[in-house]
Amino acid sequence: MIGQLLANGIILGATIALGAIGLTMTYNILDFANFAQGELLTFGAYFALIAVSAFAGVHSTFGALSFGWPMVVALLLAAALTSLLAILVDWLVFRPLRRSSIQVALVIASFGASLLLRHLVVLIWGPQPAYYTTNIQISTQILPGVRVTPDQIFLVALTALLVVGLHFFLSRTKLGKAMRATADDPQLAQVTGIDVARVVRWTWIVGGSLAAVAGVLYGMTVQILPEMGFNLILPLFAAAILGGVGSVYGAVLGGLVIGIAENLSVLFLTPTYKPAIAFLLMIAVLLVRPTGILGKPKL
Amino acid sequence: MSLLQVDQLVAGYLRGVPILRGVSLSVAQGEIVTVLGPNGAGKSTLVKSIAGLVPVFGGHTTLDGQPLGNLPAHRLIAVGLAYVPQTNNIFKRLSVLENLEMGGYPLRGRLDARIARVFDLFPELLPFRKQAAGRLSGGQRQMVAIGRALMVDPKLLILDEPSAGLSPKLVAQVFSKVRQIRDAGVTVLMVEQNAKAALQISDRGYVLAEGRERIQDQASALLVNPEVGELYLGAKGKLL
Repeated sequence: MIGQLLANGIILGATIALGAIGLTMTYNILDFANFAQGELLTFGAYFALIAVSAFAGVHSTFGALSFGWPMVVALLLAAALTSLLAILVDWLVFRPLRRSSIQVALVIASFGASLLLRHLVVLIWGPQPAYYTTNIQISTQILPGVRVTPDQIFLVALTALLVVGLHFFLSRTKLGKAMRATADDPQLAQVTGIDVARVVRWTWIVGGSLAAVAGVLYGMTVQILPEMGFNLILPLFAAAILGGVGSVYGAVLGGLVIGIAENLSVLFLTPTYKPAIAFLLMIAVLLVRPTGILGKPKL
Repeated sequence: MSLLQVDQLVAGYLRGVPILRGVSLSVAQGEIVTVLGPNGAGKSTLVKSIAGLVPVFGGHTTLDGQPLGNLPAHRLIAVGLAYVPQTNNIFKRLSVLENLEMGGYPLRGRLDARIARVFDLFPELLPFRKQAAGRLSGGQRQMVAIGRALMVDPKLLILDEPSAGLSPKLVAQVFSKVRQIRDAGVTVLMVEQNAKAALQISDRGYVLAEGRERIQDQASALLVNPEVGELYLGAKGKLL
């Protein structure tokens, strides 16, 4: 029982982690909490649906997985379109507000953008749930008492791969280092000759792409719904804050902690209270460590 | 011909409230020039406006004959101007090495030779090159900041109070490095509170007061000018 809940927690946690990375990155570089991050997950899932529907006639599956190469195309398309959407929202909504000295204006605007985007999804795709495939996946026992589907294993593996890739991007590449530098001190970055506008664009591309992948993976293993991102935004925030706002690794750790805690909570509580667990945990951690688990105080 | 030429510069944070009310100065190739002045005279605003961080309302600035106009800060590197702010002048969470790499951000190709040159100038940074720059001492941070600015091989290095917050021993160390940098061919313009120590390594100096340059002279002459002491210390007296 505990093993199964732990596995479910890791699966949910991986999805939350991918979404929370984007959240923590925009917070770090643009200095505001973006409530529309959840909608990037939703749009990612629906963008992928377009590709999957377009290839509906193609029968291709990888081994035991429920999908084949159309899903690869769908993932790439979702990442590209979601990045574009994120850049568009930034250009239309956030960029003009960055000149304002009222920080909270950005946060409230992101709330508005979230609302607008969510209803746009309903308008385009309708309110009913959607699925990438109607095939039923058979779960296999990977450990005694722990059953997971091949898709769920893929989800965790892809998340791990993306996190490792992101680590290399941020620590080894010129652009990745410039992103960290801009997060550290935007004005100094400018004086140093870093094109901050370009860094901001890439922040949306990286954050948007990861959100899109998270949305597709969630859609693949649960279902696709217009409010899926909205339902995930609070756990995303809890994960980012719990792990330490601004820390990419903190967001990953926070995602896993939230995912596992929510799932283990059903041992003691009725599942209705699952979402509350994320917050109880977040509050508890912040009381002990106000900077979050991996967050560093400003030097 | 001078490398940096500033004519009647008017600048400030708010239009209609200029902090600089027509400042003129020039820095010749190979010089160290120090701008002195009491608090609130506009020293920092002067270098910030040259570095493109403060809106310029009037006047004319050229570097090596090229007008700087209202070029955005990130474009000034390309014309040969490197600026070291007074505070927040390093990327605290990046390692020393990464700070230098960011200094070379606008450049293409490998940076190894340039990085090696910075470590030649500041060998004391070498043991800390993988450490987060924010963990270093004040003097070491200042060296990281100057080293970062030197990565692009600037024609003109602008330093905003490089001695701020340093112990007298470190001040002497930083200033001797500034001299070394000049001897290597980089022209230096700096703003300083620490008038005496700064003038001792400078060729010329300007004294700024109320948004205008009040006095300009050879550094050695400024050191013994009673008017400087008065303006600067707000009391009668000489610096030496």
